[in-house]
Amino acid sequence: MMHMLRAAILSVACLLPVLAWAGKTDSHARTLAASCAACHGHEGQSRGEIPSLAGSTTANFLGKMKHYRDMPDDGSVMNQHAKGLTWEEIVALADYFAAIAPAAAGGRECCQKTDGQ
Amino acid sequence: MKRRRFNQLALASLILPGAWRSIARAASAPRVLVVGAGFAGATVAKYLRIWSKGSIEVILVEPGREFVSCPVSNLVLGGNRSIQDITHSYHALVQHQGIQMRHASVTGIDVNKRKVSLDDGSNLHYDKLVLAPGISFDYSHLNALAGTELQQHFLHAWKAGAQTSALQQQLQAMPDGGVFAITVPALPYRCPPGPYERACQVAYYLQRHKPRSKVLVLDANPAITSKRALFEKAWAELYPGLIEYQPGSELGYIDPGKRMLATTFDRHKFDVLNLIPPQTAGRLALDNGLANAEGRWCDVDYVTYESTQAQHVHILGDALDSGLPKSAHIATSEAKVCASAIIAMLADEPPDPAPVFANTCYSYVSADEAMHVANVYRYDEKSREMKPAQGGGVSHARSAGEAREARSWAVNIWHDVLG
Ligand code: HEC
Repeated sequence: MMHMLRAAILSVACLLPVLAWAGKTDSHARTLAASCAACHGHEGQSRGEIPSLAGSTTANFLGKMKHYRDMPDDGSVMNQHAKGLTWEEIVALADYFAAIAPAAAGGRECCQKTDGQ
Repeated sequence: MKRRRFNQLALASLILPGAWRSIARAASAPRVLVVGAGFAGATVAKYLRIWSKGSIEVILVEPGREFVSCPVSNLVLGGNRSIQDITHSYHALVQHQGIQMRHASVTGIDVNKRKVSLDDGSNLHYDKLVLAPGISFDYSHLNALAGTELQQHFLHAWKAGAQTSALQQQLQAMPDGGVFAITVPALPYRCPPGPYERACQVAYYLQRHKPRSKVLVLDANPAITSKRALFEKAWAELYPGLIEYQPGSELGYIDPGKRMLATTFDRHKFDVLNLIPPQTAGRLALDNGLANAEGRWCDVDYVTYESTQAQHVHILGDALDSGLPKSAHIATSEAKVCASAIIAMLADEPPDPAPVFANTCYSYVSADEAMHVANVYRYDEKSREMKPAQGGGVSHARSAGEAREARSWAVNIWHDVLG
C-alpha cells in the first residue's frame, strides 16, 4: 500500500521534470529501457516467448515490477533485475513502455540469410 | 563550427521534417565511423541512426559478409542447432536503418587527422570513431604453436563461423573412446561460462554417438569461473563419467605428433584439442596505440566510452578492461550508452552522467535445459566504473523453461542488433 502510494506520488513527481524539459529526451531511461530489449525485444516488442513490454499499462508494469522486487530471491531473471533498479527508474521505464504501440502479433524470426539476400 | 551546424540542422528538422532527409545527407551531417559489426558495433551503428532520427551519417566497416553469433554457437557442436541458425544478414541495417556498410578491413587510424584508411584503398574522415574490435588470441606462451598451421589445426572456435563448423567436423571424426580436450584460459576472456557450456554440448553429442569417449576440461583458473555449482550438478547428473575437470591447469606445451599436451601439473593424451587461448583486445586497438598501461586491453570513460588514449575515439565490448563479463548483452548495452553519449556530445549537451544497464547470459546444458546469470550494473562515480547492483545472481536450477527463455533471448537480441 505504501509502495503504491509512493509510486503514485513518484510518477506525478516524475512528470514535472519531463514537462519542464519539454523536447529533451530522458537518455537515462531510454538506454536502460533499451537494455531490456535483449529479452523483451526491440522497443519492448518481443518475437519470442518472453512477454512484450510495449503498450503495457503503467498499472500492470508497476504491479509486476513491485512483485519481482519485493519477493524473496527465487533465482528468476526478473527478480534479479528488478532488485537492481531504483523505484524512480522503474517508474520512468513504465512510462517509456506505456507510450509504445503494442507489438504486432507473431513477428518473424530475425535476419535469417533468406531475409533479404 | 561543426557542432553549431549540427544544432542548426537539428532545428531545421523540427521545422521542416520533409526536407530533413536531403539536408541531413548534405556534407555537413556529422559522420560516425564504426569499425567492427559484431554485437557492439552493429548495435551502436543502428542506435546512432535511430536515436539521431537519421541526422548522423553512420558508416559501418566490417570485413565479414554475414553475422555469425557466438551465443548459441556451442549448440552447433552438440548437434542441437545448425550453423545456418546462428548466421544472420546485415541487410536490414543497410535497407531499413540507412547505415552505409563497407566490407573492408582497417589498415590505419590517424587520430590527429581523424582519418581511417581501408584495405580497399579509401580513406574516411570521421567526427567520431567507434571501435568494436572484439578479441584477438595470444599464443605467445606456447612453444609449438608459433606456426599458424598448428593454430589452424588446434581450433579455438571462440569466434563463431568457419571454426565452429570445422570443430564440429573434428568431433564427428573422432573415434569412439577418444579424448576431446578443451583448454580454458585464465580470466578475463570472452564469455566466462562459455567453455563449460561447450563441455556440456560436446558431452551431449558423445553420449549419443560415442559413449566411450571423454571430455577433458583443462582450466587455467582455480575453479569454474561462472555458474559453478550449476555446471557441477549438470555434469554429474546429465553426463556421469563423461566430463573430467582439471582446475589450475594452464596449458604449457603441446606435442602435436604424439597428440600430447602438458599443463602446470600433468601430461594428457588427446584426440581432438579445442585450444581456447588467452585473449587480448582486438589487434586493431592494440596496434593503434589504444591499449592501457598493461598492454592487453583498453580503458575508456564509462559515461561516453571515449578512449582514455585518444579523443573522439570510442571503444566498446570485449576489448575493454571493464571488469564486466565479456558478454553479448553487455556489448549491446555499452553500445546503447555510447550511442546516446555521442549524440549528446555532437549536440553539445551533457551525456547521462550515471548510466545503468542489465546483463544476462544463458548457458544450455543439453538440447532443452538452460540456466542463467543476471545482473544490473550501475555507474559508480567513485571508481568511475560500472559496478554490479544488488540483487543479481544465478538460476536456482537448470530448467526447460529457461531454455525457452534463452531461445527467446537469442531471437530478440539478434533482431535488436540487426533488424
Ligand atoms: C534475461 C531476460 C530478461 C531481461 C534482460 C529482462 N526481462 Fe523482464 N521478463 C523476463 C521474463 C522471462 C519475464 C516473464 C516472467 C514471468 O512471467 O514470470 C519477464 C517479465 C517482465 C515483466 C512482466 C510483463 C508482463 O506483463 O507479464 C515486466 C514488466 C518486465 N519483465 C520488465 C523488464 C524490464 C523493465 C527490463 C529491463 C530493465 C527487463 N524486464 C529485462 C526476462 C527478462
